[in-house]
Amino acid sequence: MMGSENDDEAHLHASTEDMENLFLRDDVDPLATSDVNGDKSNSGSRHLLSPPPITVTPADSDPLSAPPRSKPNGGGGDSRSYIEPPSYADVIFSPFDDNSEINGSDEGSHHSSDSLSRSPSSSSTTSDYIKITVSSPQKEQDSSTTSIISAGSAYITYLITTKTNLPDYGSGSGSEFSVRRRFRDVVTLADRLAESYRGFCIPPRPDKSVVESQVMQRQEFVEQRRVALEKYLRRLAAHPVIRKSDEVRVFLQVEGKLPLLASADVASRMLDGAVKLPKQLFGGEGGGGVSVVEVAQPARGGRDLLRLFKELRQSVSNDWGGSKPAVVEEDKEFLEKKEKMLDLEREIVNASQQAETLVKAQQEMGETMGELGLAFIKLTKFENEEAVFNSQRARANDMKNLATAAVKASRFYRELNSQTVKHLDTLHDYLGLMMAVQGAFADRSSALLTVQTLLSELSSLEGRAEKLEAASSKVFGGDKSRIKKIEEIKETIRNTEDAKNVAIREYERIKENNWSEVERLDRERRADFLNMMKGFVVNQVGYAEKIASVWTKAAEETSQYDRESS
Amino acid sequence: MESNSIDQSQTRNVMQSPRSPSSHPFLSASVTDPVKLGNGVQAYISYRVITKTNLPEYQGPEKIVIRRYSDFVWLRDRLFEKYKGVFIPPLPEKSAVEKFRFSAEFIEMRRAALDVFVNRIASHPELQQSEDLRTFLQADEETMERFRFQETGIFNKKPADFMQMFRDVQSKVSDAVLGKEKPVEETTPEYEKLKHYVFELENHLAEAQKHAYRLVKRHRELGQSLLDFGKAVKLLGACEGEPTGKLFSDLGTKSELVSIKLQKEAQQVLMNFEEPLKDYVRYVQSIKATIGERATAFKQHCELAETTKLKEINLDKLMLTRSDKVGEAEIEYREIKAESEEATIRFERIVKRMNEEIVRFQEQKTEEMGVAFHQFAKGQARLANGIADAWRALLPKLEAASSV
Repeated sequence: MMGSENDDEAHLHASTEDMENLFLRDDVDPLATSDVNGDKSNSGSRHLLSPPPITVTPADSDPLSAPPRSKPNGGGGDSRSYIEPPSYADVIFSPFDDNSEINGSDEGSHHSSDSLSRSPSSSSTTSDYIKITVSSPQKEQDSSTTSIISAGSAYITYLITTKTNLPDYGSGSGSEFSVRRRFRDVVTLADRLAESYRGFCIPPRPDKSVVESQVMQRQEFVEQRRVALEKYLRRLAAHPVIRKSDEVRVFLQVEGKLPLLASADVASRMLDGAVKLPKQLFGGEGGGGVSVVEVAQPARGGRDLLRLFKELRQSVSNDWGGSKPAVVEEDKEFLEKKEKMLDLEREIVNASQQAETLVKAQQEMGETMGELGLAFIKLTKFENEEAVFNSQRARANDMKNLATAAVKASRFYRELNSQTVKHLDTLHDYLGLMMAVQGAFADRSSALLTVQTLLSELSSLEGRAEKLEAASSKVFGGDKSRIKKIEEIKETIRNTEDAKNVAIREYERIKENNWSEVERLDRERRADFLNMMKGFVVNQVGYAEKIASVWTKAAEETSQYDRESS
Repeated sequence: MESNSIDQSQTRNVMQSPRSPSSHPFLSASVTDPVKLGNGVQAYISYRVITKTNLPEYQGPEKIVIRRYSDFVWLRDRLFEKYKGVFIPPLPEKSAVEKFRFSAEFIEMRRAALDVFVNRIASHPELQQSEDLRTFLQADEETMERFRFQETGIFNKKPADFMQMFRDVQSKVSDAVLGKEKPVEETTPEYEKLKHYVFELENHLAEAQKHAYRLVKRHRELGQSLLDFGKAVKLLGACEGEPTGKLFSDLGTKSELVSIKLQKEAQQVLMNFEEPLKDYVRYVQSIKATIGERATAFKQHCELAETTKLKEINLDKLMLTRSDKVGEAEIEYREIKAESEEATIRFERIVKRMNEEIVRFQEQKTEEMGVAFHQFAKGQARLANGIADAWRALLPKLEAASSV
């Protein structure tokens, strides 16, 4: 019985929508003679819709045929497709217009899949807005790789349209502009932001590679990516600090080639063979301290491979408990917070998964209900066609009432579900944001590592200096070469000292950023989750009411069969 | 055979429920108290069958016996043999899946179906007179077992036999279509229409029943997913501070509540909607079996009529030639003629019965399905309203929290 489920469903879906549409259209009685042959999408089910004339008794007033408009029984005496139920049914149905993205902060009609486009500092700047749209993907050719032999590699560009009234973007009251960008540009933007905004919860960018499913074609992939890019850019625009960054502005506004440097991540470019080995690797041991400017950057993304190796060594020694680092993460509050964030992330993952399952179950409920309705529609037609006895006609009528209710209920389930998806998407969105938090925490940890590394270098340098001084003091008159060495070491120590101070300042700065970001995130998350819950619940209530009224009507229509003795 | 006596006896208006105990004849039975007996592979369920009646043929106003599924099968088979043309009420299927056989759900559904089965027989004007019914309702367990084992001889109709009959009917149709031997088959337009109706109806009903069964599953799945979602949401709330944490906790609790409502409704849909549809399908299959019987009877009637004619012709020939074989031939002819007449009577009785049965069947089904539809609609309305109420209770708190 169950084996052929897939076949049936696949075959049924094509005609399901058609049948339902026809059945519920007020001006068509699918049980009457054929006047629907013009609708070519019905070719498969035509035989059901153009039966021979039927001896339907006149008492069989079909509420679905054009007249009569007033039915004696049933809800509000309204014979439209469904009875308007009270209260929430009407409230819920338009929270998703675009206005919510522009202005945010009105909670009643708030929410969309890009939930975070609220201005968090809602107190003063409610009139600021940035609205970003990603559209019209186009294929373009990379002319630099075109040659006589081969066509250049092709890539897709997307049109990025921005509407904003932020002052940085020029022309006071509001401006609109567009640029074309390719995915590689987005990667660049993300990398630049990661460097400039250490400690911030930066929304993660869309993946480079995409999980390929068998059914996914080029078009689907491009569409998926377009949606993902839009989401990403909107999240950036929602971030109170990042939206004002140069990087974002340049990305959104400057036409032509993106004037941001591609990633300075030397290590990965080395793997591409695109870079010469930096001379630090071959330079002498004593030479080349750490460039002060670069200390303010994470080792990983920077030019300094030597520093990378040193910090790696330091972190290993930290982990293996060799020598205790001079500065330890002793901020208990931070550690607790980190723990909490991990717990939260875990629960969001779980809730997000259960939300997926819930959505699927709601969908299937709607589908099966619809299929049941259709099966009864067919039965109704069949009994009417073959009717010999009145009892058959009566039964056909009963079935029709049931079928109508089932088809309507099925619609409501599916509408309910598409709204539910939008609400519960908040959970999915926060998965990405939790990653951003982890990123911010990681910035802090890596900054701390830099400090630790410098401190331990400092102490080893000082140790060497001491030894040299002790040794040279035994030689009378001084040891020219040794004295020179001592001088060099002292120079290095001074440099390292400076670097250490910079690193410490950077670390403190990042700590600040972390803290304010986490605060902001907590606040926003609370509001977003609240909205999610509210939207979800209002939806459930509204649609449950609608579904209830549909079935109440069907129960009334079959009330003569009520056998429960009171 | 008691077939003749049934023809001639008037069908008494036997009631199902005792209105005025003394006057109106009534007969009602109920199947209750399923109990598991035996061990391992031999294990089976026994039921208590309670009969209440004032009919003189019965041993008293009330009688209780213990019966098992195969006893019901025996009764059905006997009635099928003796009351050709009547749509014998169908039995619930034998369950193939071992594990499921003793689940509470299955046992209850079977009990209910067996109860319906017996009552349908008791309220059928012809079947209620059956001696086999009396045996079934009254005989002690040992006698019943003896009767049941006798079946392995003459009357044993295994499910395979029913299948064979269906195949016969179907192969007759396909033979005709493929233009094989000239089919000995009724071809009156009315009867053709009826046969076509029955076969088509089964297909439509089977599809409806399939979707009804799936709908039960969907209720359960939705219920389960809401349960899991509720739990997940509660855990999430535990990570959040106030007021979000409490709200999540409330949301989770409501979700679990709604889940329970869905599970309950799933059970109702199974028993009050899907089962009646399954019963409808079984009934149609029983009709198909009767169609098979009619075809057999028709064939016999035709063949015997043919043979009788031939014998008559042969007899006339012999009489003309004044052969000494005339006497023999005359006896043969009379015998065949009597058989032929009996076959015709049997066939015609089947036709008459079927005509009456069809009317009953259609009316009965309209009533039963009407009840099923009504209950289904009521159940769905109740469920939806319950769900709306449950979620609605959360709104004041959510409103309060978002206006802060």
